[in-house]
Amino acid sequence: MKRRELLINIVKHVLLIIYALFALFPLFWMLLISFKSDAQMFNTTFIFTPTLENYDAVLLRTDYFRYFKDSLIVSTLAVIVSLLAGVPAAYALANYEFKKKEDLAFTILSFRFAPEILVVLPLFMIYQRIGLYDTYTGLIWVYQLITMPLIIWVLRGYFEDIPIEIEHAAQIDGYTWWQVFLKKLLPLIRPGLVSASLLAFIFAWNNFTFPLQLSGTNIETVTVASLKYLASDTVHYGQMAVAAAFSSLPAVIFALLIQKHLVRGLSFGAVKG
Amino acid sequence: MNLGTKRASEKASTSVNTSLNKAPWLRRARPYLIMAPAVLITIGILIPFAMAIYYSLTSYTFRLPTYKFIGLKNWISMFTNRSFWHAVWVTLRYAFFATLFEMLVGLGIAMLLTSIENRFSKFLRVVLTFPLMVAPVIGTIIWQLMTNNAVGILEKFLNIFGVYNFPWASAHETAMFTAVLIDLWVYCPFVIILITAGIQSLPKSPYESAKIDGGSAWFNFRNLTLPMLKPTIYIALLFRLMASLQEFSIIFALTKGGPGDTLMNLSVTAYNTGFHFQKFGSSLPYILVLWLIVNIVARQIVKRWMKSQQIASGRIIEE
Repeated sequence: MKRRELLINIVKHVLLIIYALFALFPLFWMLLISFKSDAQMFNTTFIFTPTLENYDAVLLRTDYFRYFKDSLIVSTLAVIVSLLAGVPAAYALANYEFKKKEDLAFTILSFRFAPEILVVLPLFMIYQRIGLYDTYTGLIWVYQLITMPLIIWVLRGYFEDIPIEIEHAAQIDGYTWWQVFLKKLLPLIRPGLVSASLLAFIFAWNNFTFPLQLSGTNIETVTVASLKYLASDTVHYGQMAVAAAFSSLPAVIFALLIQKHLVRGLSFGAVKG
Repeated sequence: MNLGTKRASEKASTSVNTSLNKAPWLRRARPYLIMAPAVLITIGILIPFAMAIYYSLTSYTFRLPTYKFIGLKNWISMFTNRSFWHAVWVTLRYAFFATLFEMLVGLGIAMLLTSIENRFSKFLRVVLTFPLMVAPVIGTIIWQLMTNNAVGILEKFLNIFGVYNFPWASAHETAMFTAVLIDLWVYCPFVIILITAGIQSLPKSPYESAKIDGGSAWFNFRNLTLPMLKPTIYIALLFRLMASLQEFSIIFALTKGGPGDTLMNLSVTAYNTGFHFQKFGSSLPYILVLWLIVNIVARQIVKRWMKSQQIASGRIIEE
């Protein structure tokens, strides 16, 4: 019996290791290739002389940092706009009973599931007409479809978790509703607020469809620009790897920071981890 | 998802007593006023959606300054076009295989992760999320570095088994497999994370009573874990199916729909018609059909999710 348990345990670990290799090896390979020179690219596998020439080429001799900056501006501002409008909305959904409440909440959620191309095709035309095409404002606005539903749905759950007594106590102390909101409730949901914001940032940062079609010359995000390293006539695989590695960096770091809240964020509050 | 109703109604009954000084209409309008900015920002962006329906009935192109109303002509020409039915078939097939493998592998890995409690499983739970955090486009680029026959490692790996020049995304027969593999790499962690959390939040007492009764591991999985886990499984299924029906980034970055029309799903076909060939009016019906499919599927899953939630919570009370 004991031998059987040991065997089962070994099988479990082997299966997990196989999946872990599948999940992590591509990332390792990307980092490996990023240190490989074009000369060694085709005739070496794991053993080669590492070089920084790809980093030098991508980071210092192309507009990579401009793309990085564009992604940073658009994603950050998109999250801030969503927070300003979405946090109060989440509070209203958690705290008030009003007509059509669930309908409204589900309408906002459904934006997350609307095909992006469906939004983008007509928007391309409208944006060109009203001068929002290829501007920060235009992208930040359309990014609300990604960030706003997430902020509202996740934070609604966090607001609902606060015991009602805390609010009652504050009301007895003479706080008005918005003082209760700002001074009592917001500090209490801070972990949720931070993690939802970072996750919204990751989603915005990773988006490809919107910037592909609604920007291009003035503004270019890293996701769209990275394809350029693929499309050029002489493909520099090392440079591609550098571009890919750098654009994944912020998302991976942020994900590490919000591990505990990831489940709740990814499921829009439906699964509480 | 409507757990907040109880709290909100408690709040509503007490706020009548506390705020006596305000006009009642203002108090009633308050939640709407608080919601207004968020609703306006998101609804504003949806005006294009209404326009999409209208423009699908016109001959609008980006090349000509004028366009005219042509009724259902775009729709009819789409339904009689072989490439439309091909796109529907590709869309459904891609979504089916991607979601199926992600759910099966995700469920399996989550069960394995929760069945061992040690540093290794804790470490895995953190690092397995990395592929999910990488943008799908970037993930596709990474996989091109893997599958490229000149510099990729997978070619060398397959050579060990006597397989040479495996064509990956460049051949009709293997392109779908390659795209689904990348989809699996990117999104399986999503299913793993959700289901792992779901398993961990299951109540312990049913398992304890099953242990006394001497139930087998399979019995426990079939009769305890699966029914109680169903709500979480449905949520994972909902998110994955919705996204894989609409997948654009991975396919576009991999082959732009090729080779030939092998990977031309509805999203990519609409993009090509609208932007590449600039036939704006005739690209819209494709995407409206996709929207319809997504909506129908979503409704079905949400309905089942709600039912499963009631059953799951009912069982817990019974025991």
